[in-house]
Amino acid sequence: MDVLTEALRWLNDPLNWTGSQGVLALTRTHLEISAVAVAAALVVALPAGLWLGHRGRGATVGVVVANTTRALPTLALLTLLAAAGWFGATATALACAVFAVPPILANAVTGVEGVEPDVRDAARGLGMSGGRVLWTVEVPLALPLIAAGIRTGAVQVLATVPLVALVGGTSLGTIVVSGFATQRYGKALAGGILVAGLCLLVEGLLALAERAVTPTGLRLRDRAAASDARTDTRSRRRAPVAAAVRPGSNGAAPSP
Amino acid sequence: MPSGPVLAAAANPWFSWEYLERNGADVLRFTQQHASLTVQAVLIAFVVALPLAALAHLRPRLAGPVLAGTGVLYTIPSLALFALLAPLTSTSRETVLIGLVVYALLVLVRNVLVGLQGVDPAVRDAARGMGYGRLRMLLSVELPQAVPAVVTGLRLATVSTVALVTVGVVVGYGGLGQLMFRGFRSSYHAEIMTATMLCLALALLADLVLALLGRVLTPWLRGSGAPRAVPSAREEAAWTS
Repeated sequence: MDVLTEALRWLNDPLNWTGSQGVLALTRTHLEISAVAVAAALVVALPAGLWLGHRGRGATVGVVVANTTRALPTLALLTLLAAAGWFGATATALACAVFAVPPILANAVTGVEGVEPDVRDAARGLGMSGGRVLWTVEVPLALPLIAAGIRTGAVQVLATVPLVALVGGTSLGTIVVSGFATQRYGKALAGGILVAGLCLLVEGLLALAERAVTPTGLRLRDRAAASDARTDTRSRRRAPVAAAVRPGSNGAAPSP
Repeated sequence: MPSGPVLAAAANPWFSWEYLERNGADVLRFTQQHASLTVQAVLIAFVVALPLAALAHLRPRLAGPVLAGTGVLYTIPSLALFALLAPLTSTSRETVLIGLVVYALLVLVRNVLVGLQGVDPAVRDAARGMGYGRLRMLLSVELPQAVPAVVTGLRLATVSTVALVTVGVVVGYGGLGQLMFRGFRSSYHAEIMTATMLCLALALLADLVLALLGRVLTPWLRGSGAPRAVPSAREEAAWTS
């Protein structure tokens, strides 16, 4: 295919990789903006999510927040900010952070809220204060879901940052957008491959990190549930749903 | 003569009826493009998703790969996906449409599958006891039971499709995104704000219509306190549906 060879030729040209607008520099900017955005989202969403989950009144908040941001186009937010005079890396990062808040918040809320009431009662019965229950019981048990939310948020941000190129910012999306703008579709394709590759790579790394922070006990429990499901078809109901929920936690919303 | 700031504010307001009056035809055209892209994408995705999810449900072995595959595909940003599709379809309306269908498909397959798997085993046993075969059970027992999850999936898919259409601006078929981009280029505040508001309104309207449709399709859930509606609401909250 013509465009494909053009893309491969573009990727093979060392001149496209070095320099201030080269792939390496753009990747670095991309990752820097993403890191700032995720950090900002964490600062806002994590404490709020844990608190709402602990209080047990988070579900409605989660739904409302999640639905509103899902309906708000990324492009709208970026153009609005840019038109209001908010240019630069910080503004971009803040705009992208908006899209990482809902998954982090919602997963923290449901994770903490979903801890079995018996476990919580037992901790209370031992005389633990609310704060200690949260830190020593609820958070460790909710860790897999919280980590999944952070992972979703991070990938969401990584996927949002390319759009910044449409309003004049720099990121790997710059390659795609300038490729389309100059009708060099090979270049656009090369940019697409790079962006998708970066997202898949980071997603894989974060999935490993998520696995690493999941307490061994929880992992063993999940494995037991899975093997139960395999042997007993009647009790299949619970386990596959759980299985669908856990890996599925990387996003009900498609990447912008 | 009004003072400086007032004049500046009046020159480029965020909200302006005048803009709508002058550009009504444009706004209408792009709104129509936006709506038609959304409706087509969700409909096509739904037609493809239903049998796919049913297949994954009947052959549980396939469920794992299907869900894992959707997870991986989600990771690819829409901008990158449009760039990857462009060589195949050239820069046309189809590029955007295919991309939108892919994302909507993922949401729908996952939700329908979760809905089918979530059917109460007692209900399934009862159907089996009445001599229902596998296919008949799927069509007349499990699918109706999964309607709330399917509707949740449709709502999610539709709302995020409305937002995603705007990214189509890179290939020139972004619906209201086209207006946002044009407004940004000429730094015309009212144009950006109008397009944004219309986008949100479109998403809200579609969501309401689908919610009503869900209510109409599930008469048995009404009036009884609807305990089954709770899990689907939680699913939505968990960002995991």
